[in-house]
Amino acid sequence: MNFPFGRLEWSDLKPVHLFTHEFSIDNLVGSGAAWMVVIGALAVAVLLTVMGRWGWLWREWLTSVDHKKIGIMYMVLGFVMFARGVAEGMAMRAHQTTALNGGVLSEEHWAELFSTHGTIMIFFVAMPFITGFMNYLIPLQIGARDMAFPVLNQISLGLTATGAALCMISLVVGKFQIGGWTAYPPFTGSTFDPGPGPDYWIWAIALSGFGSMFSGLNFSVTIYKMRAPGMTYMRMPVFVWTALCTSILLVFALPPLTVAAFMQALDRTLGFHFFTNDLGGNMMNYANLFWMFGHPEVYILVLPAYGIFSELTSTFAAKRLYGYTSLVLATMSISVISFCVWLHHFFTMGNSATINVAFGIATGIIAIPTGVKVYVWMATLWRGRIRMTTPMIYMTGFFMLFVIGGLSGMILANPAINWQVHNTQFIVAHFHNVLLPGLLFGVFAGIHIWFPKAFGFRLHETAGQVTAILWIVGFSLTFLPLYFVGLMGYPRRSSGFEDPALLPYMYLTLFGALLIGCALLGLIATLWISIRQRDKLAVPLGDPWDGRTLEWATPAPPPPWNFAVIPHIAERDAFAREKVDGKPFVQPPDYKDIHLPRNTSAGMIMFIATTAFGFGVTWWMWWLVILSVLVVVGWFFVTSFIEHDEVTIPAAEVRRHHNAWIEAISLATPVTRDHETDSRNRGLADTDMVVAS
Amino acid sequence: MSDTATTNENLHPGMNLGYSGDAEHAEVTVFGFWTFLMSDLVTFGIVFAIFATMKDATAGGPGPAEVTNLTSIAMQTALLLGSSFAFSWASLSMKYHDIIWRTLGWLAIAATSALGFLMLELYDFYHMIKEGAVPQRSGFLSALWALVGLHGLHVAGGLLWMAAMTGQILKFGLTDQIKSRITRMGLYWHFLDLVWVGIFSMVYLAGVA
Ligand code: HEM
Ligand SMILES: [Cu+2]
Repeated sequence: MNFPFGRLEWSDLKPVHLFTHEFSIDNLVGSGAAWMVVIGALAVAVLLTVMGRWGWLWREWLTSVDHKKIGIMYMVLGFVMFARGVAEGMAMRAHQTTALNGGVLSEEHWAELFSTHGTIMIFFVAMPFITGFMNYLIPLQIGARDMAFPVLNQISLGLTATGAALCMISLVVGKFQIGGWTAYPPFTGSTFDPGPGPDYWIWAIALSGFGSMFSGLNFSVTIYKMRAPGMTYMRMPVFVWTALCTSILLVFALPPLTVAAFMQALDRTLGFHFFTNDLGGNMMNYANLFWMFGHPEVYILVLPAYGIFSELTSTFAAKRLYGYTSLVLATMSISVISFCVWLHHFFTMGNSATINVAFGIATGIIAIPTGVKVYVWMATLWRGRIRMTTPMIYMTGFFMLFVIGGLSGMILANPAINWQVHNTQFIVAHFHNVLLPGLLFGVFAGIHIWFPKAFGFRLHETAGQVTAILWIVGFSLTFLPLYFVGLMGYPRRSSGFEDPALLPYMYLTLFGALLIGCALLGLIATLWISIRQRDKLAVPLGDPWDGRTLEWATPAPPPPWNFAVIPHIAERDAFAREKVDGKPFVQPPDYKDIHLPRNTSAGMIMFIATTAFGFGVTWWMWWLVILSVLVVVGWFFVTSFIEHDEVTIPAAEVRRHHNAWIEAISLATPVTRDHETDSRNRGLADTDMVVAS
Repeated sequence: MSDTATTNENLHPGMNLGYSGDAEHAEVTVFGFWTFLMSDLVTFGIVFAIFATMKDATAGGPGPAEVTNLTSIAMQTALLLGSSFAFSWASLSMKYHDIIWRTLGWLAIAATSALGFLMLELYDFYHMIKEGAVPQRSGFLSALWALVGLHGLHVAGGLLWMAAMTGQILKFGLTDQIKSRITRMGLYWHFLDLVWVGIFSMVYLAGVA
């Protein structure tokens, strides 16, 4: 086939394989997954049509430039991809359990699984999750009405969705690459793998990488320039600090990845020689570029989670955060040092001993600020009046497990030890050990805290607690045994094994993975139950947890303009101080018209055009590539001639909305912490906390 | 946002904006653009670094000396620096005069000489292809084409941007928003000059030395 389908053949359509290929479990899993994507997409489309919700989806969500809605859309995207990632994780665990001298899946299929799983989990689950949180929280916590660049924000979301879409398309059309989430050439070069797999990876990463870079730019400019009057740097909530450091990392760490991906693309598509085996190519350049991004990336992911844990400890221990300044300094040190350790990802790839030692020591040093943080949280909890609700359960799990993960990292930082355990399941245990308890638990805890803010009702507490415990136990059983499996010599990324002594561990981790599957269902169930009982769980007054930062001084959900009047900030935890002094929710003397940016389809146009671009390059449909470039360039060119206009919310409308809320507050009875989780909690807290430093 | 932002007359010495809310936003957009340039600088820095590691990876093909036409490079340098110079005049006339033709005239000069730069660069590329110095030949040539090409693409993108700005000036006149855009465009244009100086010395001068 050529025009218009490029190198795409009928046999690349995976759903067809179920009928055209000989039946096997391998085929069933591969083709079945493709069917699931197709059926899932169709089901959503049908559902939207039947419920007549297309217009609503378009107007209220897809074209919205409200940072809160964009944040929520990031979370939805993350969860859709998370479902796929967990399913793949469980499939891999199932395979390995049967893998004594074989296994149910083919080796290539196994390789595709760990590659898509890793890529998706990092780029299209973890990244959207933290970007979603930063989107939702930054403007609210600094007292702003929106991001510095709302349209760019929407475009960033569109580009992230492009990457996710390419991953999903690869499940149905053609296949993904098999070189792991790192996709090292020359294994992923065109000589070894001419097929579409690596191309899908390249464009998913490169295009969504632009989105992440622009998010970082947007967030950092917002934090630098849009803070409410009086909010000096040292008065910012800790989450904002971590978001700022993450944003700076995004701005500086994404370019190496983008460059690496583009050079790979030039190698593969135009026959350049950056990373090839012959004619002067040098694959070590790729390894360096990838990890120059890759190491800061782990801090990009975990810093916002640290921010969530910081807010969580002080709110749920009802104390001011102990050691704010050290926490801020620790966060900044981590961001700087995270650029100086990347080589620890390839100690074994031919560096001199001196270089290895230098990077080993740097890696050891970066643990110090992280340690500082753990002590800060412990000191905050110390003698606090802790509420052992869902967020705190996640926090407890994080505390115990993350320290183990961090310590195994310290072990790996030693080049001599690293030589022994590199590329074994020990590494798999290590990075899941920091990513799940560190990042995911933080995200889930954060969802429990801020979901009521975003949607106006709390999540069901018992369901939340059961789910949290399932996550903690499921994680421990799935991944802690892998440390031992690794020490026994089972390599990473290998589809089978010969030593029967490993079998018991395999059963144990399979059991753990099933618990994780239940935990995922638990998340869905929690959401379902909470939606069913949303009237009982409603917290329209906006402050269900006796919060300390500005976002709690708004109704739940907050109005599109966030704040009726921009607050003036006199100290850290300003809202906490107002509550303790007994004068929160003051009526401003007068209101002004508020201007908000108008909806735009920019993000969707970028999403469609760049997805078409990625798909076109992958399958050599050059007409599609040219067309999509023209659309992107043409769109920017043409719209730059249109004066951007705004929606004006009249002062009277703002006043009405604000007054209604203040009045509801004056009629409500505050709820004490003992009744925080029952239906008496309407979002007005009977303040009981310590604000003194 | 600091309290002074709305009143301070010296907020934008380079732009001479009116004192509306737009001035405040211009502060934000210009800062955002600086941030973008920083990120772009990292991108160029990395491509430079890759070039440095691949300098000797000629794989028996043409080396730096064979692919450098210093006369052409000197002319390109003059044209690009000249373009930047003309752009500075465009910025100044935007600041001190309300006559759009003056600004447009300087922009046209800047665009023409940048176009000349691109033409010469393409001509060099054409020659390299004819001599077999294609990027597919060696790691060194891949890196060279990527680095010079990336800069060239930036210049081409800038030309497109200039075309858009010309149209916008004609349509809207020198409004605050247009001024703020031209300020950003100026940053971009001078930034590309800076990168070119790097390419000129690291790739070409060092190459023939
Ligand atoms: C939720 C349950 C999960 C299960 C059951 C699971 C399971 C697995 C398995 C079996 C592998 C392959 C190990 C090997 O190479 O031998 C793997 C790799 C990986 N996982 Fe997970 N995982 C889970 C969650 C996550 C999460 C939440 C993340 C990140 C946020 C993640 C990131 C990765 C990465 C980056 C790889 C490496 C892929 C590669 O080798 O290139 N995983 N996982
Ligand atoms: Cu690292």
